Amino acid sequence: MSEARKTPLHRMHESRGARMVPFAGYEMPLNYPAGIMKEHLHTRSAAGLFDVSHMGQVVVRPKSGRIEDAAAALERLIPMDVIGLGEGRQRYGLFTNDAGGILDDLMFAHLGDHLFVVVNAACKADDIAHLEAGLGETCTVEPLERGLIALQGPQAETALARLAPDVGLMRFMDVRQIDIKGIDALVARSGYTGEDGFEISVPVSAAHDLTDWLLAFPEVEMIGLGARDSLRLEAGLCLYGHDIDATTTPVEAALEWAIQPARRSGGARAGGFPGAAVILQQIAGGAERRRVGLLPEGRAPMREGTELFAAEDGPSIGRITSGGFGPSLNAPVAMGYVAIDHAAPGTRVFASLRGKMLPATVAKMPFIRPGYKRR
Amino acid sequence: MLKFTEEHEWLRQDGDEVIVGITEHATQQLGDLVFVELPEEGATVAKGDEVVTIESVKAASDITAPLDGQITEVNSAIVENPALVNEDPMENGWFFKMTLAEPSELEGLMDEDAYRDYIA
Repeated sequence: MSEARKTPLHRMHESRGARMVPFAGYEMPLNYPAGIMKEHLHTRSAAGLFDVSHMGQVVVRPKSGRIEDAAAALERLIPMDVIGLGEGRQRYGLFTNDAGGILDDLMFAHLGDHLFVVVNAACKADDIAHLEAGLGETCTVEPLERGLIALQGPQAETALARLAPDVGLMRFMDVRQIDIKGIDALVARSGYTGEDGFEISVPVSAAHDLTDWLLAFPEVEMIGLGARDSLRLEAGLCLYGHDIDATTTPVEAALEWAIQPARRSGGARAGGFPGAAVILQQIAGGAERRRVGLLPEGRAPMREGTELFAAEDGPSIGRITSGGFGPSLNAPVAMGYVAIDHAAPGTRVFASLRGKMLPATVAKMPFIRPGYKRR
Repeated sequence: MLKFTEEHEWLRQDGDEVIVGITEHATQQLGDLVFVELPEEGATVAKGDEVVTIESVKAASDITAPLDGQITEVNSAIVENPALVNEDPMENGWFFKMTLAEPSELEGLMDEDAYRDYIA
């Protein structure tokens, strides 16, 4: 094993007393001295700052100079409407395989003369190779060495607007090149917590300055990966490698909302992506299993891997893929896959936990009310 | 008498019983507790048996019986409010009381100085 990589903010994490853990080949902060519970609640009530510099940032530039060529090329790898994406806008996407499974989830943005793609840290080498193999003839694929920080929470706009007033004009999923007191920043109004907020890509050399400026505001605290996980779980958002992977299709994962009409049967550019036959058939006819939210009835968290049953003495119907305690709900919360007959909200299922069968109810996600600024 | 185990439990003698909890060091390592499951009062336990399940936001852990004996009382206040263990691990955040099969075995555990060295 090679030594864990460090993000541009590593020194700051250590100076703030973070508990550092290995994650996707990086040494990352699990939590700061405040602890996961307080960090989570702070993000929901004020603004949390996250170092997500481990994620992959990639520029896809059309060799022809025509953005439509890059968009058409990316559409061959993902079942999303890339050509229809407006300049300065971003979308959630999925790299699929020929069986309809998910290779990774990603964000992609139209930045005028190129596409900007953000992928998961654990998958980034594979994703870049996949992009080069799929788009290399028509596009250059350039991984960026930049810092990436997320500012999330109901007071994120208030804080960031003190440094860059223009961010107040952005709505959910807008992306803008913005000068933040001399820093060349790429700002997206998005995140992965269920809150309003921003993801800010900056040169490595500027990451410390921007972080220091934001942390000087009373609303802003550093938040670690532990709270990032409980925040995204309450928001019903998938964690790649846990809730979605190469064996789960977008329909099984309840992510068909991310497949726009243009790519579905009858659409202007239906199919033409890996696994299209499987995925389009499942959009029309449904899948055998589905990712659902689960609210355990007691206080005991139900963790990843917990097997689910139709009744206390009934057959196995699935398993939990993410689970823990939801600080904002003040209750355990989980998501997992169940057989389609048990996927309707309100269905009672049983989880096998330490030799006991404990009840849980299938619930709609997100578990919290999202704060996205859609306007 | 206050004694400690390598599993970061503390034991305080209280008449014929010992009170058992986990140390502040343990709570710092575990983080915020959100769930506690305690043993049945009256249960006979052997050293090393998993008698308590605790869960933090991130993970589940087991607490084992520090010595052979019988559980005489459990602290239901920490079931209602697991955060009590983080706030006051050495007093109000105790887990259970037990009588020891061999009271002399308590002598063999670490004292406070030895435990401080152990976690240093």
